Amino acid sequence: MHIPDGFLDPKTWGTLSVASAGTTGYALYKMREKMDEKMIPLLGITAAFIFAAQMLNFPVAGGTSGHFLGAILAFVLLGAWPGFLVMVVVLLVQCLFFADGGLTALGANIFNMAIVGGLLSYFLLALARKPLSKAIGEKSSLLVATAFFSWLSVVMASAACSIELAVSGTAPFATVFTAMVGVHSIIGIGEAIITTVVVAVVLQARPDLVNAYKGSAVAPVPMGGEEVA
Amino acid sequence: MESTWKKLFNRKSAGLWIFVGAGLIVAVLLAVFASPWASSSPDGLDKTAEEKGFVEKAEQKEPAWKHSPVPGYAMPGVKNEKVATGLSGLVGVLITLAVAVAVGLLAYGLGRLMTRKKADGDTQAQTLET
Repeated sequence: MHIPDGFLDPKTWGTLSVASAGTTGYALYKMREKMDEKMIPLLGITAAFIFAAQMLNFPVAGGTSGHFLGAILAFVLLGAWPGFLVMVVVLLVQCLFFADGGLTALGANIFNMAIVGGLLSYFLLALARKPLSKAIGEKSSLLVATAFFSWLSVVMASAACSIELAVSGTAPFATVFTAMVGVHSIIGIGEAIITTVVVAVVLQARPDLVNAYKGSAVAPVPMGGEEVA
Repeated sequence: MESTWKKLFNRKSAGLWIFVGAGLIVAVLLAVFASPWASSSPDGLDKTAEEKGFVEKAEQKEPAWKHSPVPGYAMPGVKNEKVATGLSGLVGVLITLAVAVAVGLLAYGLGRLMTRKKADGDTQAQTLET
């Protein structure tokens, strides 16, 4: 749901550009606290994987296709701020190098797919996990929450996109909202399947690299040894 | 930076690099060999725009950024469509990897700079006390 130039009016894309730029700056600032060496290659590989997976459009009903978003995947694997920055990098590269999503709409696309579909959805996931973990255990709760909230992230992002189109006077709210949320609630099923499978695979291979999984509370293997003087 | 280098490249971090390498291989395989066979139908937003009659709003508009080297995920100058898509996928994966690593280095550098400043401040405070 990368918005091209021309769908949004200046007050809408202007506001969202400022909001997204501000959040990106704050994310960089917040991330420095938890930044350790091994986060650097993990950021790279997560962004590269999401870029690749986003290219794979799968058909959904009626001559429409959908593709992976990956926000919840990035957030579950890396945590909130690094996950957010991964999404910003993917959207920026798509916009500047591949003309996928307009430059004027980049802020709106970051807002929809990395703030609403990312930060907000992940916050709800984190809220839901506490009671869920008690009921069904740490690992199952992570997989169940990943499935549901990755679906929800796509639906919420499409809802935000519809509101922006309506506010811009591009299309009447009820029409665009019904169409967008309708088709994205189907696309979201693909999102849930891909995200849950990838998280399950990483949990199996390297549970210590899943930020949202604390079950492996055996302190993460220290990198190197000696402390920086 | 030398200690950073040592922390990332030692025997204990071999597992991390195997994981990263495997992830990169999967990403390249998907982008190069699977993406040419992806559905070319319009996505949810484009389809909605077509059906609700506002797609021309974007078509009539000049793009604000005209310097995308690989517009529409098709490598320019490559005649075979599938090869053009696959190549664009390879380039995209590598660029995304590089930009994300650069952002990581930026945040990491920022973190080290600020902890050092804080540590400097602490030692200063200590010297003042004694």
